[in-house]
Amino acid sequence: MSLSVKVNKAFGAFTLDAEWSIENELAELFGYSGAGKSLTLQMIAGLITPDEGLISLNGQKLYDSASSINLMPQERSFGYVFQDLALFPHMTVLENILYGGHGIQKNERRQRAAEMIERFQLIGLEKKLPNMISGGQKQRVALARALIRQPDALLLDEPFSALDAPLRMEMQQLVKALHKEFPIPIVLVTHDLAEACALADKLVLYANGKVMQTGTPDAVLSSPSCPEVEQLVKTRERLLQFSASP
Amino acid sequence: MLDNSLLFSLRLSLQVAAVATMFVIIVGIAIAYILARRFFRGKEVLDMIFTLPLVLPPTVTGYFLIILFGRNGMIGRHLYDWTGWSVMFTWYAAVLASFVVALPLMIKTTRAAIESVDENLIRASYTLGHSEWWTAWKVILPLAKKGILAGAILSFARAMGEFGATLMIAGNLPGKTNTMPLAIYSAAASGDRDQANVMVLLFTVISGLFLYAANKLSKKVL
Repeated sequence: MSLSVKVNKAFGAFTLDAEWSIENELAELFGYSGAGKSLTLQMIAGLITPDEGLISLNGQKLYDSASSINLMPQERSFGYVFQDLALFPHMTVLENILYGGHGIQKNERRQRAAEMIERFQLIGLEKKLPNMISGGQKQRVALARALIRQPDALLLDEPFSALDAPLRMEMQQLVKALHKEFPIPIVLVTHDLAEACALADKLVLYANGKVMQTGTPDAVLSSPSCPEVEQLVKTRERLLQFSASP
Repeated sequence: MLDNSLLFSLRLSLQVAAVATMFVIIVGIAIAYILARRFFRGKEVLDMIFTLPLVLPPTVTGYFLIILFGRNGMIGRHLYDWTGWSVMFTWYAAVLASFVVALPLMIKTTRAAIESVDENLIRASYTLGHSEWWTAWKVILPLAKKGILAGAILSFARAMGEFGATLMIAGNLPGKTNTMPLAIYSAAASGDRDQANVMVLLFTVISGLFLYAANKLSKKVL
């Protein structure tokens, strides 16, 4: 299992020029807002077309400007969790999850949905609409919907940014557990360095549309390769001191 | 008072409006979807053309329909050559007139409703493997149903009240194409106040009941 990404796209004055690849890992794309992380994620899923580049998943080319390959989002097997979760407001929890089971035979789909509901602690909420459940429950529905099809990789676009701290930690633990259960590459976009360091097997640092550094969190933190990353590490240390002081 | 010709006109009006609205809903949703979700050159020109019947006097719209569908019209001529049949002065012409004047109302409200559906929901459906068709059917249209229903109600109301374009292409043939608005015009013009009063009262009551029912229905559905 591997995901490799090399994308280039100009948006007026902003240029995204990113290249990285991961194995069967939990990778966090970290950077400040507007650094191009979410954009990269949308390109991987086929929601935005790069100007040029190459995106491949497990050796299969999803996008290749050199040979004019560009699979539709429907033809790419990703589970995608949107920043706003994008649960269908007119469908119940169960219907939302079943909707994710495209291409699975009906009985099998029902069976898997039941498993998902149990796995994500949604029992009793099956018939509720998304606006009737809590933030954490919505997150779990979005994850269940994204995973029921057993995708080849999971993409999460700042899924926890709207949650309060305890719930955020809970969800981070859930993602970590999911990575053990579903042995697929997971890419998570975040602007929370603490979260990135706590969760990631691999950190991909973005700044101004470019990838500044990739590596394990320890490696990145201990040897910043450029002023931007150095700055980040210092900010983090200050924050840690601040929170440690009484 | 409720004589046969009155009942005929009433039934014809309802029939014309119902059939026209049915076509307006199908065609209107298709056009609104394309205008809302597709990007191509000349899109806004197309929108303008479909909207024109909303601002043109119905007689002008009717005149255009004569040019297109009249026995010597651009389309009507070929239809007549092949089949020996012309839509002019039949109740189908009344349907056509109502369809054309009501369509912009359907397109406008439905387009706005489709455009207001959260883009991320559509993208979510695509990433879950669903085709554009299925996404339209299961996500976009259900979430736009408020606007679609409003458009359908407005269209039916507009079709019921259609007069000018109908007069131009369907005529005012008693027992054949005289819908309620035309029959009322005839009664008023010929000084038959009793008949006109009954029809006006009936038409007003029916329209009021329709609006009431539509209101109830939209509260129930939404």
